[in-house]
Parts: sequence; structure tokens; C-alpha cells
Amino acid sequence: MKNEVTRQAFKTSIPVMAGYIVLGMGFGLLLHDAGYGAGWALLMAVTIYAGTMQYVGVSLLAGAASVLTTALTTLMVQARHLFYSISMIERYKGAGKYKPYMIFGLTDETYSLLSDDNLPVDPKDAHRYRFLVTLFNHSYWIIGCVTGNLLGEVLPFSTRGLEFSMTALFVASLTEQWITMRDHIPALTGLFSTLLCLLVFGPDNFLIPALLLITLILTLLRSREEARA
Amino acid sequence: MREVKLIAVMALGTALLRFLPFLIFRKRTPPYIAYLGKVLPPALIGMLVIYCFKDVRFTTAPHGLPELIAAGSVVLLHVWKRSSLVSILGGTAIYMVLVQLVFA
Repeated sequence: MKNEVTRQAFKTSIPVMAGYIVLGMGFGLLLHDAGYGAGWALLMAVTIYAGTMQYVGVSLLAGAASVLTTALTTLMVQARHLFYSISMIERYKGAGKYKPYMIFGLTDETYSLLSDDNLPVDPKDAHRYRFLVTLFNHSYWIIGCVTGNLLGEVLPFSTRGLEFSMTALFVASLTEQWITMRDHIPALTGLFSTLLCLLVFGPDNFLIPALLLITLILTLLRSREEARA
Repeated sequence: MREVKLIAVMALGTALLRFLPFLIFRKRTPPYIAYLGKVLPPALIGMLVIYCFKDVRFTTAPHGLPELIAAGSVVLLHVWKRSSLVSILGGTAIYMVLVQLVFA
């Protein structure tokens, strides 16, 4: 039944709802403080739909970055999405008309909800279910970004420090994965490779070396990791 | 307009990265790529955590203490409640109090 699929998709998306509204509001406020109104928040939330990129985007807009800098920063900050997509190739097979939007909306959080293969719906409704989870998450994000931007006008207290919600989200995800997964090698590889590259290459140029180093180490560990799985 | 151009670049760049693997591996996924799809997510979340700390100055006061205390609180809250919402809201509130009142 169609309504049942919608209900299950909504249920799955609830944990992301609050997070996206809070994070989206954080972004909306930052954008407001940088001097851009609700129309800009709406445009970015609808077309970019990527938390980290939008936060970075505020400083690109405010700092009058060039098109080239913006393009390179986008490719570096977002390179991890290549890998999210890689692990969804099999799951999204046969999604037909839903597929382009499902790929467009594959954020970190949507990925973490949909890479779980225990579907709460009939397998024949899997693609419709995944499409709806993606759509619900996107709506929360848009609502958060626009509301936060509008609140910037009236908020009675200082929002300094609110940007920490992004750090908190990733620390919470890492903790959750640490508790659920038996194999901690991939997480440790990510933490220590990135830390090393940050120390060696400095805060502006370490993401690409870190991605390469992580991929290299995990490639070298492949036979060992696959034996553990 | 400059802003519209920059936003279009960010939107297209992000979409390109999300679509590319689906276009390249349309026929079948090589086992190596499937393996990467499995082990990369936790590694990339670890990378994102470090990324968030990239501009924290540990050598000058307050030596990154607000960030470390707040991040530690997120871990403790998460181990305790296992609710992303509680961990994120709690950790952010603690951080805001630290930078606005304690280490101001």
C-alpha cells in the first residue's frame, strides 16, 4: 500500500528531522550574519543540499572567492560523496524515475539511513521508500535553512558557537559507528591519516592528501579486512 | 551576479561528484570498488571530525579547551543516550556556554 510506504519512510527520517532543522538553522543564521537573506538560504538549500559545503560556502560568498577557488574547494570538500555513491550503486539499481533525485539527495545523513539493508517495507517498494526518505530529509533541510535565516533578525540571544553543531554531528556519528562496528580499523585509518595530513600540509590543503592516504591504506589492508568481514 | 555564479558552481560540483560513480560503473561494480564502498564510510566520518578541528589553535589560550570539552561531552552523551539529537543539541549548548561565558 502506498500510504504505508510513506509512513515507514517518514518514521525512518525522524532522527534526521531534528538534526537537519538544527544544522540548517545554524547555516541560515551564519548566512544571515554574512549579510545574505532568506532567498539565498532557500536557493542554496534547494540546489546545493550539502551541509558541510553550505557552511564552507558562506565563507566563500562572504570572502568574495573566485569561481576557480569555489570549484576546487567544492571538489575537495565534497570528494567523499564519490565514495557514498560508490557504495549505493548496487542498492539503487532499477530505481528508474526515482534514481536521479535519490543520487542528487545522497547526503551524509541520508546515506547513513539508506545504507541499512533492513528495509521496513516490501522489497518491491524499496525504491519508492528510499526516494521518500531522501525527499523528507531534503524538506527538513530547506525548512531549517530558511527558518534559521529569518530568525537571525529576531533572535534575542547570541548565537556564537552554534556552528559547533556540525562538529557535534560528526562526533556523534563516529561514536555511533564505533559502538556498532566490531572493526575499528577503517575509522582509525580515517582519523590518523587526516590528522597526519593536517600536520604536514596545513589547514588549507590537507583534504585531498588525506583522501588519497586513506584510500591507499585501506587498499593495502584489503585482504586483511575482507578476511575479518 | 557573482553570488549566483558561485552557488551554481557549488551545486553543480556537488551533483557531479554524487552522479559520477553511477555513470562510470553503470554496468557492474568491480569487487575493489565494492570493498571501498564498505570500508570508506567510517574512515570518512573520522576525516570529517578532524576537518572540524582544523582551525582550532592548540598552542594559544584557551588551547582548544572549549572544542575538546564539548566534543568529549558529545561522546559521553552519545554513549549514555544513543540519541544523535541529544548528543548534538547537548554538545552544541555546552560549546555555546563555554565560548560565550566561560572562556569569553
